[in-house]
Amino acid sequence: MKIALLGNPNTGKSSVFNLLTGLRQQVGNFPGVTVDKRSGFIQLGQVQHELIDFPGTYSIYPRSKEETVVFDVLSDPGHSQHPDRIIFVVDASNLQRNLLFFTQVYDLGIPCVLVLNMWDLAQKKGITISIEALEKLFPGVPIVQSNARIGLGKDRILKAIDSIKDKNLTSTPFLNSFHLCEIEDVQCQKLEAENRLQKIKTSLTKVVETKVLEGENFSRKIDRILIHPVFGYLIFALVLMVIFQFIFSFANAPMNWIDNLFSHFSIWSSDLIPEGMVNDLISQGIIPGIGGVVVFVPQIAMLFFFISILEESGYLSRVVFIMDRLMRPFGLNGKSVVPLMSSVACAIPGIMATRTISNWKERLITILVAPFMSCSARIPVYTLLISLVIPKMYLFGFINLQGIVLFGLYSLGIVFALLVSFLLKLFIKQKEKGFLLLELPDYKNPRWGNVFINVLEKVKIFILDAGKIILAISIILWFLASFGPDMEGAEHGLSKKRSYQSLSKHEQSIAMDACKLSNSYIGILGKGMEPIIAPLGYDWKIGISLITSFAAREVFVGSLATIYAVQDDGGKQTLLIDRMRNEVKADGSPVFTLASGVSLMVFYVFAMQCMATMAVVKRETNSWKWPLIQLAFMGVLAYFTAWLTFIILS
Amino acid sequence: MLNTLDHIELSQVVEIVSVDHSPISSKLTEMGLVSGQLITTLFRAPFGDPIAIELNGTVLSLRLEEAQFIEVKA
Repeated sequence: MKIALLGNPNTGKSSVFNLLTGLRQQVGNFPGVTVDKRSGFIQLGQVQHELIDFPGTYSIYPRSKEETVVFDVLSDPGHSQHPDRIIFVVDASNLQRNLLFFTQVYDLGIPCVLVLNMWDLAQKKGITISIEALEKLFPGVPIVQSNARIGLGKDRILKAIDSIKDKNLTSTPFLNSFHLCEIEDVQCQKLEAENRLQKIKTSLTKVVETKVLEGENFSRKIDRILIHPVFGYLIFALVLMVIFQFIFSFANAPMNWIDNLFSHFSIWSSDLIPEGMVNDLISQGIIPGIGGVVVFVPQIAMLFFFISILEESGYLSRVVFIMDRLMRPFGLNGKSVVPLMSSVACAIPGIMATRTISNWKERLITILVAPFMSCSARIPVYTLLISLVIPKMYLFGFINLQGIVLFGLYSLGIVFALLVSFLLKLFIKQKEKGFLLLELPDYKNPRWGNVFINVLEKVKIFILDAGKIILAISIILWFLASFGPDMEGAEHGLSKKRSYQSLSKHEQSIAMDACKLSNSYIGILGKGMEPIIAPLGYDWKIGISLITSFAAREVFVGSLATIYAVQDDGGKQTLLIDRMRNEVKADGSPVFTLASGVSLMVFYVFAMQCMATMAVVKRETNSWKWPLIQLAFMGVLAYFTAWLTFIILS
Repeated sequence: MLNTLDHIELSQVVEIVSVDHSPISSKLTEMGLVSGQLITTLFRAPFGDPIAIELNGTVLSLRLEEAQFIEVKA
């Protein structure tokens, strides 16, 4: 049978879910909406039952399009996800508001268990609850207490679920003559909520006893600092800095290991399999493709490690509180801040983190502008081009010009992210109005088990859902870069040349790679698009690198090295820079000038040069429509700004 | 004296008189903002908006444009 897990946000519902299912969890979407559906299995006697975690809501009536899944599933007994049993989790320290949703569910007549979670917290707050008296209010509903954060209550909950197995609910509804309101009928819903709260309040006088405690609540005290107009922002900036420091210092090493591991795999498989097409496909297409997926895992895992801690501790809602006013004019939400800031490391976890934004329009805008934030994959492109075309000099004797340019590129991304959000706000229509109405939960120590499960879940989503798209695109790109209409002829032509024959073996293989790439389909495409990119100051060799770097922006550097047949000097790129400096057009003028170099950097600020981001946007919006729109508008914006830059500077 | 919640100074205890009709009135009610409920104004975010209030031991934040629908008396 199907068991639904329901309750308000901030009741420790996911702790209860983790407690009941352990690591045997799956994540997917509820049919038709992009709401995470976490499910797992619990064992009752000899039988396994599916436990489905629903989004935490305050009522059966949705606040947003995404929350309608709760209403749809519960109100329609014919729905594929309609539960046979319900485990309803409430925060024991705030019974009154929590019971509103519970009484709605109770009145639907689906057999439930009521779990009073965070029992210890309630006691600390001076609240005592008589379970016996509460049970009298809801005949037929077993009531158990738990403290899921420290792992207490699992057996009690399972036993309770088991005990209602064969019981028929013949009891009277909590609210007399109850019927569900229409989803649009706000007045009806308001009236229902008032009636319920009224009845709950009078009923609870016999159930809950509250001792008023002396002194200010601990969380209020911390809030005086964390929400402070000055310190609040300073502390948030500090938190972000610590997170980025960690990511930049600790994600790099595992990313290099993964890179090395997969290039070893690639060499190993190419030695193992007989030479030919299959060998090439596996060793140059599939294995590097998988490597290109796995390489994102350290950054995703680390960012979600921190985001989960911020979320679990209760700090994230404070960030939303202090940032809401600043983000609102741009059609964004206080909750957009963390996804956007995460995108400075990598847009992929940033976009995955937008799930916390309940309003669809605000979430969509955040997803669409997140790739404008300059991510770490742009750094190799920026540094290469800056050292090539920006002179090493100091403004006013102390401001490093190269540094200023780098800063300018980052700022350009941020400014346009906000600007484009503002425009999108005007264009994307939506009936529902965004609102805040957010709970600021008490501060808590994060539960490491929950953090760990959350990180695991995000990594799994990325590898399974986005990974296959990334793999498919990288195989296509590999094919286009390795095959051409007359590859053999070109190779043959090169090997006949005297200049080639005089090269060492190593130099020959480098020259051969360059020849292959420029005669491949991508090479032909690059040459074909030269008239289109010539106004930006680029030639066909840059064109080829633009196409190949759709795999990932940093590929641009490696691709140029291949085309120019430059030897690898261990990542210092001095050979490549020298080679690029000497590169001339047909008329003898240099290809890389201040104008074309800066234009190229501006292009990389705006263009969606990342298939992994597109795959994740597809996963998060559940359609190809948005990633394709994003690809188009980012491409157009990149083209025109790069063109403008080139004209102004030349 | 009647006033709307967005005009109340910090650290005041006020009683809700009514929640005006608006697209979010049912949501405000569901969060426990009903007539007769006592609330305490706690903080203002930098720039004065949103505000945080306490009711029944929990803290809610709401924007001024949401708070203006809530009529209160001291």
